[in-house]
Amino acid sequence: MCTTCGCGDGEVKIDGDDPSHEHEHVHSDGTRHSHGHEHAGDHAHDHGPRYAPAHSHAPGLGARRMVQIEQDILAKNNAYATENRQRLADRGIFTLNLVSSPGSGKTTLLVKTIELLKGRQRVAVIEGDQQTSQDAERIRATGAPAIQINTGKGCHLDAHMVGHAMGKLELADDSLLMIENVGNLVCPAAFDLGEAHKVVILSVTEGEDKPIKYPDMFRAATLMLMNKCDLLPHLTFSVPRAIEFARRVNPGIEVIEVSATTGQGMDAWLAWLEGGAAAARGQRQDSVSSLKHRVAELEAQLAARDV
Amino acid sequence: MHEMSLAEGVLQLIEDAAHHQEFAKVTKVWLEIGQLSGVEIEAMKFCFDAVTRDSIADGARLEIITAPGTGWCLECSTTVPMTEVYGECPQCGGYQVQVTGGTEMRVKELEVV
Repeated sequence: MCTTCGCGDGEVKIDGDDPSHEHEHVHSDGTRHSHGHEHAGDHAHDHGPRYAPAHSHAPGLGARRMVQIEQDILAKNNAYATENRQRLADRGIFTLNLVSSPGSGKTTLLVKTIELLKGRQRVAVIEGDQQTSQDAERIRATGAPAIQINTGKGCHLDAHMVGHAMGKLELADDSLLMIENVGNLVCPAAFDLGEAHKVVILSVTEGEDKPIKYPDMFRAATLMLMNKCDLLPHLTFSVPRAIEFARRVNPGIEVIEVSATTGQGMDAWLAWLEGGAAAARGQRQDSVSSLKHRVAELEAQLAARDV
Repeated sequence: MHEMSLAEGVLQLIEDAAHHQEFAKVTKVWLEIGQLSGVEIEAMKFCFDAVTRDSIADGARLEIITAPGTGWCLECSTTVPMTEVYGECPQCGGYQVQVTGGTEMRVKELEVV
């Protein structure tokens, strides 16, 4: 793990490649240098003196002072997320961050969604898993472009990884981008990726009290999809109780009951998706037309000066 | 929750500050952690020590300032203290409470040489 730059777990791979780039480092003895990083576990480069001993007499050292920081711990991730969000908005791409426990049926739901949207809406997928590219392969089998991020030991995707993956995907203007996060109801809640919304998937084969056991995730999500609803007749799962728990941690959360297997509820989910996609498209068109308007104004000013 | 990633985030902020404000060693770090942020203080301290080893903040003391949890109860139309994100309103017992404070995770200040 690279604990110096911290810009990602040492074992992160995006479709098998290490995301590597330049970093500047400040060492504890005050020296500064920059070098390329291969984000592999072993650091081959020499870091020189490891730390300044307590009796260091380097010039300018000695006087203790206070430095105000006042910054959010996740500021770095949030800055990458803001950059991703802007890149996506510029192209009218409606982006969702899909989060759930492992085994909730996220990938099956995605495959079904892509098939139903065929010919109506272009979809691209970023898949996050600790290991293997099986999920990206399942998505590619539908014909949609997909890229796999393997987080290695990491338990969540971060905005830096997603930014790299976006660069490698062929994203179409006005399309849908689905980011399937690592199956984990804890950590992904805190990491903004630049998405429009987090969508949490709770399958009815899980406990209906998951929203209050993992409140951060249900608080961060805009929509809860209750998946595998075709199995309800065989279970003791209470849908109203699950909704009540979810609204206890997030009074505003929307809920759609679906079954990726039978197609139940998929219409409502697709309508929700298309509504979001239309809004993203509309915003892009608005910003394009306002830019055109501004360009026309500037050209008029320039023409007036030429005269 | 993911205290290791958070500790890495703290170190990044410290290194950025070192770059802009020209200091060579950090001796104390003040973090503001909200009661409802989900951060385990003991885990944070442990991860901070691990992540800062051999860095500019090696051996720095971590001071935690706890920010109280507060929420807005829709039923009572007032701000109420909260100890859990999904907790009930201490006044009416309802659950229609939106968290308004206590989710902070901030680096406040550093003591540097």
